[in-house]
Amino acid sequence: MDHLESVSVTVDLLSGNEAIARGAFEAGVKVATGYPGTPSTEILEAAAAYRPAIYCEWSPNEKVAMEVAVGASLAGARSIVTMKHVGLNVAADPLMTFAYVGAVGGMVVCVADDPGMHSSQNEQDTRHYARFAKIPLLEPADSQEARDFLKRGLEISERFNMPVILRTTTRVSHSRGVVRLEEPAADRPPAEFHRNPPQYVPIPAWGRVMRARLEERLARLREAVEVSPLNRIEPGDPSLGIITSSISYQYVREVFPEAAVLKLGWSYPFPDGLIRRFADSVRRLLVVEELDDFLEEHVRSLGRACEGRAWVPGIGELSPARLEASRARMEGRPAPQPPDPGIGADLPARPPVLCASCPHRGVFQALKEFDVVVTGDIGCYSLGVLPPLNRMDTILCMGAGVSMPQGFEKAGERRKIVGMVGDSTFFHSGITGLLDLVHNRGTSTIIVVDNRTTAMTGHQDHPGTERNLMGEPVPAVSIEAIARACGIEHVATVNPWDLAGTTRALREAIESGKAAVVVSRGACPLCAGKPRGAPRVVDDSICQQCQQCLDLGCPAIEFTEGNLHINEYLCGGCSLCQQVCPFEAIRTQEGAHAD
Amino acid sequence: MQTEPATSLVLAGVGGQGILLASEIIARAAMAAGFDVKTNEVHGMAQRGGSVVAQIRFGPRVYSPLVPARSARILAALERVEALRYVDLVAPDGLAVVSSQAIVPVTVSSGAARYPDDAEPRLRSAFARLLFLDAASIALKAGSIRATNVVVVGAVAADLALPASAWEESIRASVKEKYLDLNLRAFQLGRDEARRVLGA
Repeated sequence: MDHLESVSVTVDLLSGNEAIARGAFEAGVKVATGYPGTPSTEILEAAAAYRPAIYCEWSPNEKVAMEVAVGASLAGARSIVTMKHVGLNVAADPLMTFAYVGAVGGMVVCVADDPGMHSSQNEQDTRHYARFAKIPLLEPADSQEARDFLKRGLEISERFNMPVILRTTTRVSHSRGVVRLEEPAADRPPAEFHRNPPQYVPIPAWGRVMRARLEERLARLREAVEVSPLNRIEPGDPSLGIITSSISYQYVREVFPEAAVLKLGWSYPFPDGLIRRFADSVRRLLVVEELDDFLEEHVRSLGRACEGRAWVPGIGELSPARLEASRARMEGRPAPQPPDPGIGADLPARPPVLCASCPHRGVFQALKEFDVVVTGDIGCYSLGVLPPLNRMDTILCMGAGVSMPQGFEKAGERRKIVGMVGDSTFFHSGITGLLDLVHNRGTSTIIVVDNRTTAMTGHQDHPGTERNLMGEPVPAVSIEAIARACGIEHVATVNPWDLAGTTRALREAIESGKAAVVVSRGACPLCAGKPRGAPRVVDDSICQQCQQCLDLGCPAIEFTEGNLHINEYLCGGCSLCQQVCPFEAIRTQEGAHAD
Repeated sequence: MQTEPATSLVLAGVGGQGILLASEIIARAAMAAGFDVKTNEVHGMAQRGGSVVAQIRFGPRVYSPLVPARSARILAALERVEALRYVDLVAPDGLAVVSSQAIVPVTVSSGAARYPDDAEPRLRSAFARLLFLDAASIALKAGSIRATNVVVVGAVAADLALPASAWEESIRASVKEKYLDLNLRAFQLGRDEARRVLGA
């Protein structure tokens, strides 16, 4: 883009996620749903800034979010649904069949992948889902395209009656760039559902018709993608041509400025004719893509020789530096030398940790008393697996913390099993596991660490909170009441900053011989607005340096060169260190006892 | 496709220190000065007290939001050892603006790692130009230790040829009204300190 033109146009500096939300606003999207997940979360948070023009909701999980958006589409309204890559696994069921049923109002499924696993448990490649579901795939490479492609995606969705996947990656979603803005288009016609069961009900007789119609739509899409302005050839030196998409395009332009480039913005259905023409116009063909060999395999299937994974890494995310190293290998040059490793080789790691005064710390500390298997789940409390807490044994996916204990138990594991799940994750997919535990006579204990928010992703509401994304006061659903309704008889609630009480409640639950639920209720300190108590100090004249307080892994407790000190700016006054100190050397400045 | 290379900056620190705001202020100032801008920031898991890095690039046309190796003109760090993690991104003649603050990670408190006691000499040997400043004390002088990040932004501004009006416009757009004066003061003090030491 030419920066000088921006004088007469409204521009803003937006992240990819904010730009998607802006596109939704400009395109007249009526309903936006999603479930939080890094790196997708800010799409819906930014969309909420356009309330009430856009109705926004955090749904209990991605499947519900997808189904709500489908409902809006069938009523004729434009909708978007947002999630991270693994969220699409949860929402895959409605997506696969919605491809058959077909969209009425435009619907774009915004999915953010996480190459390099910055905040994820795997680095699956969402592009396969587009081919799997036989629906269009758009891949913006920066914030401007994120806004533009969202709007184009809605148009494609309506023109071909299909949901469209808009796939970003961490570096597209979380990079900011200059975006040209427009005002929203004129009002769209009011939503009205037109009954037509053969179109909307995939019972086998009608589903077979839909199946054939899906292929007809794909055939029309294959024609449209060939002439789409979302794909373009950037001419260059024909000795090397590069096919690329998404953020990889930006790295290609940095590292191979002279090359001819086929940039794919609408990458599925593949524009076969365009790919063939480009391949035939260059002497050597390279595919640069992150994660799987999605494009490379297809180019080969067209009978065109190409290189890709032989030079460009497919594990972890790309970067200009990694692609520079790829180029050096291709050209038989030595890789660029890293700087003197002595300077940074021995630096202390600084992994993320549970915050000072985090309620989860009390639960992990109490769990140290028990020889049990702990099945964990997805959230801040995943950090409890790391030293010095070391109190989580497994993590799989959302909800597995509740469901997996049953398998351990029925397999004959000699120890008792404790499942751990956060409040938002419990509503997302923990309840079905609880039903299994009761129905199939399990005896495990499930701890719901209820910090009153979806903390890890930046504090979103969920069914257990008292306000929704529209800002409306709503009844907070009781976790204890759900547990009882599921048939759990042993239900207890604890204050996680009371170590003795938490330990006692856990012992009763674990030794009850029945399925039990313990709710640890303590609000996330980042949301509480004020510290839990006065900052603690260490009385050096009493402290024996036994270091038991350090086993809490609290970032406020600093220990260097024999000096044990509590950082007064970080300390939230939760008193857990005071409770674990066997010498009563930790207290408040005024000498007050624990709250 | 060769165009004028972008100006690249790297900001490093610890989750909670305000790296995102610092990044936004610098990026908006470059945008206000008429440049194309891209930034990248870390969200999610990495913000829970972990190492945080933000990257900013501006120029007539910017492609990658990530800074290519050995190309950053300025590295700004809000914590002394965090600066040492990104030596490989900084250009051979690049400037490092490093707040002298030391934040001890849990890995050190638990005995699993050692916090280097020679951070300053290492910084001096790693970077051709170094501004090692007590940004927290300067922020306190401006009114609050919370403005330490903006003190560092001010120091960065001293070495960038962006107009003062762009910085002011950017700070106005990036901070809450009630903290505007504090942040403008912190910016000014940081810039003055950098000019004094670097002789700009």
